[in-house]
Parts: sequence; structure tokens; C-alpha cells
Amino acid sequence: MKDLTERQRPLSPFTQIYRWPITMVTSILHRITGIGLYIGSLFFIGWIVALALGPEAYGWATWFFGSPFGWLVLFGYTWVLMQHLMGAIRHFIWDTGAGYDKPVTQKLAWASLAGSVGLTLLLWIVILLAL
Amino acid sequence: MRTPLAKARGRGSAKEGTGHFIQQRITAFANIPLVLAFLLILASLVGADYQTAHDRIANPFIAAILIGLTFNLSLHMRIGMESVIEDYIHHEGVKVLSYLANTLFTYAMAILGILSILIIALGG
Repeated sequence: MKDLTERQRPLSPFTQIYRWPITMVTSILHRITGIGLYIGSLFFIGWIVALALGPEAYGWATWFFGSPFGWLVLFGYTWVLMQHLMGAIRHFIWDTGAGYDKPVTQKLAWASLAGSVGLTLLLWIVILLAL
Repeated sequence: MRTPLAKARGRGSAKEGTGHFIQQRITAFANIPLVLAFLLILASLVGADYQTAHDRIANPFIAAILIGLTFNLSLHMRIGMESVIEDYIHHEGVKVLSYLANTLFTYAMAILGILSILIIALGG
């Protein structure tokens, strides 16, 4: 008997056809930012390894992070981290069993975007003022 | 009908299906204060020279936070990437290799990070 479960069935082309609901955007963002942070952990480990290796290696690290590209990486990384953090807080709310109504999920999604942008700008304003 | 359900029936559950789900939330929760502390430590080191940065990380309290963060992050990263692999990689061999690469990467990050912090904190 042929295995019926292995037949190729059509997939719904949802990401190409429909206007993206904001909850879909933040759901996908949570995963993408997670992958970004995973790869981006190399920057943190690279920096701390350089600091352990000594002044010469640390000089290379400060040269990289002090360059325009380095600043861009740090600024982008801050937002990615904040967006993932906001996503985590949404998931904690859902884990209590609350916040599943459609208007609430949409408000939470927008709040997570506003929160991540706001916190990123706040942190960088503080850093730039302190310099 | 021969479906995967027929194979699974009568064998009972694996009894640990929610283990990773719970661990992902525990590590996520612990990450919040650790990451915020880490950001403050980093922000205080913008433009700092080697000696300043070295002395700050060598502070036992700060070293402890960073070791906790590195350990906790690597656990969180490993489970997170595992769910991504489960969702998108369906070829059995590639999947196993991906799990292996994921474990090696996250363990390597944890070992390199913690070893470096210990060298900074305990070294001269």
C-alpha cells in the first residue's frame, strides 16, 4: 500500500499573497532577531577573548568596534537585542494564558516595536552624551 | 491506513516533551537582568583603554555576572537554534549534522567566553 502521508500537497502561499498582519511581522522578527543574536554572539566572544589575550589583541578589537562599521554593528545589535527582549516579554504574558485576544495581540506587537526602538535610542543617547 | 500515528500508538509518551519548552523560558527569564547588566557594563566601557576595560571585567562581581550571562546565553542559544532546525531542516542526515554543529558552536562560545573571563579575573 502506498504511503498516503508522503504525497506532495500544495502549500498555502501565505507570505507572498496576504498583507502581513503586524503580529506576523513581530513573530517572524522574533525568530530572525534570535538567529541574528546567535551569530552576533561571535562579536561578544571575540571582544572578551581579545581582552583576555592582551593589549595588542584588544587594540584590534577597539579598532574594529570604533570604526564606522563597528558602530553600525553595535547600534544594529542593540535594536536586534531589544526587539528580541520585547518579544520575550510578550511570550511571558502569553505563557500566563493572558493576552490572546486579537486587539490585545496587535497592541502588544506594536508596543514591542515601539519599545525596542525607544529603548535603543534611549541607550545610545545616554552613551553619546556620556562620551 | 498506515500513518505515522499507527507506529506511535501504544508506545506511550517520551515524558520529556516540555523539557526544552520550560528550559527556554527559564533561561530567557534569567537573561533579562543579565543582558541589561551586560549592556550597562559595555556602555560604561565605550572608548575605554585596555587597562580600564581589563580592571572592570576583573571585578569579581562583574566577572560573575558575565560568566552567568555566557553560560545562560549558550543554553538559550542552543535550544533556540534547535527549534529553528526542527522547523526548516527535514533531511535526516543534514538535521543530525545541524544539531551537532549547533551544539559545538554554542559549547565553544561558552567555553571561550568563560575561559577568557576567568583569565581576566584571575590572571595578573
